[in-house]
This record gives sequence, C-alpha cells and structure tokens, in this order.
Amino acid sequence: MTPILRVEDLHVKDILSVPRLDVRRGEVLTVVGPNGAGKSTLLLTLAGLLRPEAGQVWFDGAPLDFGRNLSYRRRIGLVMQAPLLQDISVFDNVAAGLRFRGAAEADVRRIVPQWLERLDIAHLSRRGPRKLSGGEAQRVSLARALAVTPDLLLLDEPFSALDAPTRAHLIGDLQSLLAETGITTVFITHDLDEALQLGDRMTVLIDGQVRQIAAPEDIFAAPADADVAAFVGVETVVPGTVSRSGSGMVLVQVKDQELEAVRELDVGREVLFCVRPEDVTLHSKKRTPGSSARNCLSGVIRQIVPQGALMRVTLDCSFPLTALVTRASAREMGLAEGRTVQASFKASAVHLIPR
Amino acid sequence: MNPEIFQITVLSLQVSGLATGISLLLGLPLGTWLALGHFRGRKLLLSLVNTGMALPPVVVGLVVSLTLWRSGPLGSLRLIYTPAAIVTAQTIIAAPVVTGLTAAALQALDPRLALQLRGLGASRWQVTLALWREARLPLLAALMAGFGSVISEVGASMMVGGNIRGQTRVLTTAIVLETGKGNFDIAIALSILLLALALLVNLGLTWIQQREGRT
Repeated sequence: MTPILRVEDLHVKDILSVPRLDVRRGEVLTVVGPNGAGKSTLLLTLAGLLRPEAGQVWFDGAPLDFGRNLSYRRRIGLVMQAPLLQDISVFDNVAAGLRFRGAAEADVRRIVPQWLERLDIAHLSRRGPRKLSGGEAQRVSLARALAVTPDLLLLDEPFSALDAPTRAHLIGDLQSLLAETGITTVFITHDLDEALQLGDRMTVLIDGQVRQIAAPEDIFAAPADADVAAFVGVETVVPGTVSRSGSGMVLVQVKDQELEAVRELDVGREVLFCVRPEDVTLHSKKRTPGSSARNCLSGVIRQIVPQGALMRVTLDCSFPLTALVTRASAREMGLAEGRTVQASFKASAVHLIPR
Repeated sequence: MNPEIFQITVLSLQVSGLATGISLLLGLPLGTWLALGHFRGRKLLLSLVNTGMALPPVVVGLVVSLTLWRSGPLGSLRLIYTPAAIVTAQTIIAAPVVTGLTAAALQALDPRLALQLRGLGASRWQVTLALWREARLPLLAALMAGFGSVISEVGASMMVGGNIRGQTRVLTTAIVLETGKGNFDIAIALSILLLALALLVNLGLTWIQQREGRT
C-alpha cells in the first residue's frame, strides 16, 4: 500500500537531511532524538510550513507545494509543543479548525461538544485560556486538532512541558484515541517511554539525520549505530574484535574479556559490543552451575547512581559495564563502590554493531 | 449650548474622527504587513514609521500647506483652508501612530501562533483576522492613541485650516484664538469641552477594549 506521506532527499539548511521517510496509513510513527536533532524542523516541513532547500514530500501520492498548500493543510492537524490557544473560549478554540474549513455552525455545535467530552474538558467549554492548567490547555489543543478529523495528525512534543502524572494521563488518553480513530500520526518526542508506548514504528533522528526506522523493540534490541545505541539507553557500548566464529555464535575480544554473542560475523571483524543495563544480572558470589548466561565476569563497582526505584551500577570489568538493579537488591547484596561482584548476561542479550 | 461652539465641537469630532478612521484603514494593513512580513528593508521601513510617530505637527502643517497652496502641486484641488486639508494633515499625523502601534501589537504575539493556526488549516486572511483578534486590546489602544494625537493637535490644523469661523475652526484652534484675545473664560470653557470630548471617546473605546479583554 502506498504510504500516506513520503519524504525524499529532504534538506533543510544544515539542520536536517532525510534521504527517505515513509509514513504508512494508520500507523503511529514516533520521531525521537536528542534536543537539536531537527525533529521540530522535520515536523514543520511535513506540515508544509517550512520550505526545504531541496527534496520533495508526497502526500497521498501528490507532491506537496510548499508555497500554496492550503488544501493540504486542511487535511492535517498540527499540535505544537506549547498549547498556543487563542484568547477565546475553549469551545471556540476547539471549533477554530472547523471554522477555518467553513464548517456549518450546526456541525460545529455538534462536533465540538463530542471532542470536549472525549478529552474530558466539557466542563471548561466557556472558560478562557488564561484560566486553564497546562494539562487542560494541551487537551484543548488536542481536541482542536482532532475535531477536524485529519488524515494526518502531527504532534510536536505535546506533553513535554507537563508534570509526570499529567503527562502519563494524557498519553494514555491519546493512545486510546489513536487506537479508536486509526488516524495516521507522526509524534515527535525526546522521551523514549512515550515513543515506546505510542509508536508502531520509531524513527531515530540524530544531528539532522535519520539513523534508524523500525519497531521500537527492534531498535532497542538492535540499534543501528553507536549514537542510536547511546540515545536509546544501551549503556554498555565498547569496541571489540571477533576472535572466533561458528554455529551462529561468535566470541568477541573486549579488552581482557572474551565474551559470547549470538551472531554470524567473520573473525577479525571490528565491532561495537552493546548490552542493555537491564540485561545485566549482578551476583555477590561466583555464578552457580546451571545458569544459562554464557557471559560471566568479575568487576569492581566504580559508581552507584540512584534512578527512581532502581540503582544504576557501573562496574570496571576491564571495560565499563552498566547494570540496573532494584534498590532492594542493592541493599540486600550490600553493593558499594569498591566492592567486587560478579556480573552475568546472556549471549542473546548482546548486540553487535559491525564497524 | 452656543450654536457656534456646537458647530466647532461637531467639526472637531468630524475631522479628527475621519482622520483617525482613515489612519486605521491605512495603518492596520500596513502595520500588519510590517509586523508579519518577510522582505528586505522591513526593519528600515519600521524605523521610518516609528520616527513618523514623532513627526512635529507644525512640520506636517508646513508640508501639507506647501502641497495644497494655490501655487503648489495640488493647488488646483482648492483644498487649502478647508476641513479636507485638516483631515489630510491629521491623517498624516495619526497614521504613523496607528501603523507603528499596530506593528508593535502584532509583533508582541507569540510568533508560533500563526504557524499553529496555519497547521490547523487557516488561510493567510484567516490567520490575519485571528491575530487581529488576539491583539485587539493593544489595537484598540493604537486607535485611542491615534485619535488622541489629532483631537488635541493645533499647529497643523491652524496652518492648513486657517481657523476660519464657521468653516475650519476647531476646538484647539478656537482655544488658541480666544486665549490670544484674552478671553480666558471662553478659552477655559472650550478646553473643558475638548477634555470632556476626549474623555468620552476614550471612555467608550476603553469600555470596548476591556469588555473584549474578558475571556
């Protein structure tokens, strides 16, 4: 099936360079990346609001004219980072998109209350924007974009300015709405948890370049390069060399350690050895026989950093290895800087990036 | 009220009202273009407009007189010493005020708002209307400032109007005349009338402004 949106050879100054990007009908495509990666620039370009230096965007098979594109902009709905509401009532804000399209007032009076109800802001209908909380204002912004029943919904970090509980609530609501309506959505965020929760596919944008597009779990399991690995939180990323290979497995020399991974690569191949901190298990004693973890090594704890309910423990195993353990486990094991512990992880948890 | 004073008062309102109205018709679109446009020389043009806000009324009176004088380029129109000449001069005084304050009002809005509205399918005209509505408080203030700059001005009105009794005498020029003649009681009465007029007009505009401001 032809994608609803296709981007080819897009260049925006030295901010963005996208050789190819497709948005499939009905999917939620998240675009993630660090600050300054060019995510908002990409979204504004997709919205037809920013003319690129080069490249083309096709919508529903037709090329997008960056000069005159009112008919395109009336098939999309844009939600920017800040709510950007007009100084009129909530009802009139939500009705704005419909009125821009010349909708009959009877239709406006029928459609708007439905979306106010759906976003749980019906009680705010007559209120002005100055009397809304951040979460309420962003619900109005969402309702405004959804009320026009867009063919394509573009969201630019709509929840980034909200506190964690409000954000969680809104993301949940948005997730249900998108599942219900099936609206094709491009969702920009720098928050990986949001991307994981909402996205069917994830695009990783770093330094203006698309580094990887895949299902989120595939990106986390197999990041395309070191930058993607670092961004998605694969914390142990160290150079190594394949020393042995056979039967779908390889041995990789990483500093003083020889570690196993499930992969087929030639001997001598230079790789980046990656393992997620959640996949590393710590033991206070040597590994007992019977464990399926093929990699077991000794290391000295160099740093312990609390992270919410977890502790991020960095070991020196001749290379830095990061593990995530619960506070309870850290306490029971008596983990402390300078202590020697055993770390283990499965060969299947290792991801190798050929260099 | 004395019929002559009534006539002077009505004429003052007519010429200043008309000048303000024309200034709005000119200044609102021009100010919008200066605020939201992207073209070379925009900042220079904006500076010129802002400088125009400080134009000395007597200089405006001089230029308009030179233009409308019988021997001037537009002398054949026979507008010198007519209410039309006063309206012309007052428009030149008020227009930069309305234009400059309109531009400032629109530039004070979040620049992303226009993008957001366009992303919801607004045409350029719909965006402009929406932004005017967003800036309605400062735009009404611009209107009040424009009116204020001309209802109280005397230099240009005197020079191009001639202060002719029954034809081009307005409140400000009448006050100057009566003060010059030593008729301070009449001058004071006219001054109070002028102040009351200005107050009434601005009360009305302020009421509209504050009513519009309540969301």
